[in-house]
Formats: sequence, structure tokens, C-alpha cells
Amino acid sequence: MQVPILKQRDYLIASIQSVLSDADMLQLRDNLAARVGEFRSRGIIIDVTVLDLIDSFATRTLRAIAHMLKLRGAETVIVGIQPDVAFAMVQLGLTLEGVGTALDLEEGLAYLDTKTRKPVHEQQ
Amino acid sequence: MNNSDIQTEIYSAVDIVTARQRGRALAIELGFDGADVTLVAAAISEIARNIVDHAKQGVVVMNAAYEGGKRGIKIVAKDEGPGIPNVVQAMQYGYSSRKGLGVGLPGAKWLMDEFDIVSEIGVGTTVTMKKWLSK
Repeated sequence: MQVPILKQRDYLIASIQSVLSDADMLQLRDNLAARVGEFRSRGIIIDVTVLDLIDSFATRTLRAIAHMLKLRGAETVIVGIQPDVAFAMVQLGLTLEGVGTALDLEEGLAYLDTKTRKPVHEQQ
Repeated sequence: MNNSDIQTEIYSAVDIVTARQRGRALAIELGFDGADVTLVAAAISEIARNIVDHAKQGVVVMNAAYEGGKRGIKIVAKDEGPGIPNVVQAMQYGYSSRKGLGVGLPGAKWLMDEFDIVSEIGVGTTVTMKKWLSK
């Protein structure tokens, strides 16, 4: 199942709609890398609220996505990791080191606003 | 109470999702609560992935487990792949032969109450793991 990617201001929002297979996750990675260039996006939100599990492969892929997009000049924030999912990740020793996380979409937008704010001298 | 085996053939990454969803459903049926259900699903995901990554194909069998006064879930992942040359090394956290984070097998062990792995070169690998209901 494809993950829809919405454009909102300078940001892209990838809202995961159902459980993803490995192939779906890799597709999401490739689509985001392409869209960031197409829309010159500066921030990406990946909403994982519906995921009932983030295993080692999903963790590795989310990390890879964030690092790839960083190399393309954009900040990534993962939002909506559920309590049980977070618990299982901790038990497995999985971390999203170097990747932004936020509680929900709203917090994710606020995070990106902070992270991608232009320096004062560039503002009007 | 479901006493029959739930068997999932593992051929590709898509089957990993099937196996863990069936495991999740069985764990709920057996009376596990939210967090433990997710831990069981996570352990199944890791051992099923181990099959896909290293043996190409295999099977995950799940059923209710009873022992003494304890009730719980038993999961067996079996493949006829190349086998693991050094099981002790493979069970070390962060050790990865080719792909992955090297957390799969040791991670699954942490999530479950009992974990046993038998592997023979050229014969295959069998992982047996159990989680008991706390009440």
C-alpha cells in the first residue's frame, strides 16, 4: 500500500495509512527523496500513528530516510509512535538516534518550524 | 481457548507481517494485555525476518502453551536454511552477519520469557520461544 505524501507549505507530510511491508517502506523512502527535490521541501513529517509495531527493519529504514533527506537539505520528524510501540522498541534496544520525533502532527509542525527557521538576517 | 497450531509459511517479507498479525491475534485471544501483545508481535517479526534474511524460507508455528500452572504462548520458527555457524556470536547484541541491525535474535530473546535456538550447518535453524501470562 502506497503512503500518500501531502505538500504543506515548505513541508511534506507522509501519513502512513496501514501496516507497511518492507517493500512499502522502501518505496516511501524513494518517493520522499524524489519529492523533496521536486517541491524543494525543507521539512518532512512521517506520521506513524497507525503502526502497531516498529521492528528493527522499520527502525533502520526510518533512520535511513531521515539521514538521506538530511543530505538533501531537509529535516525529518517522526510523529505518532504509540506507547506500546515505543515500549517494544526500547525492549529491543532500537533507537531513532539523530532523527527528530514528536508526539503528533501538531507538535511535528512546531518542531519543523523551529528546525527550519531562517536566520534572523534573512527574514524580512 | 484455541488449542490448534497456527502455521505461517515464510517466503518473503510480506509473510513477516502475516505471521506477526496472527501472533498478535493469538496473544490477545490467550489473554495477554496491550504491551505484551506488542512484545510478542515484535519477537515474531524479528525471528520471521531472520528466516527471510538467512534461510529464504521457513515456517512459524504458534500455539497456546501450558506448563505447571502457567499459561502462555509458544512460537516456533523453523527453517532448513544454511544454519548459523556460531550461535553464541549470533546471539550477541549488535552482531550482524550481513544485513540488519544485529538486534533480531537477541532482541527477540529479551522480549520473551523463554528462548531457545538450535542450529546445525546445512540442516537449518529452529527457534523456540515462550511468553507466560503474568496473572
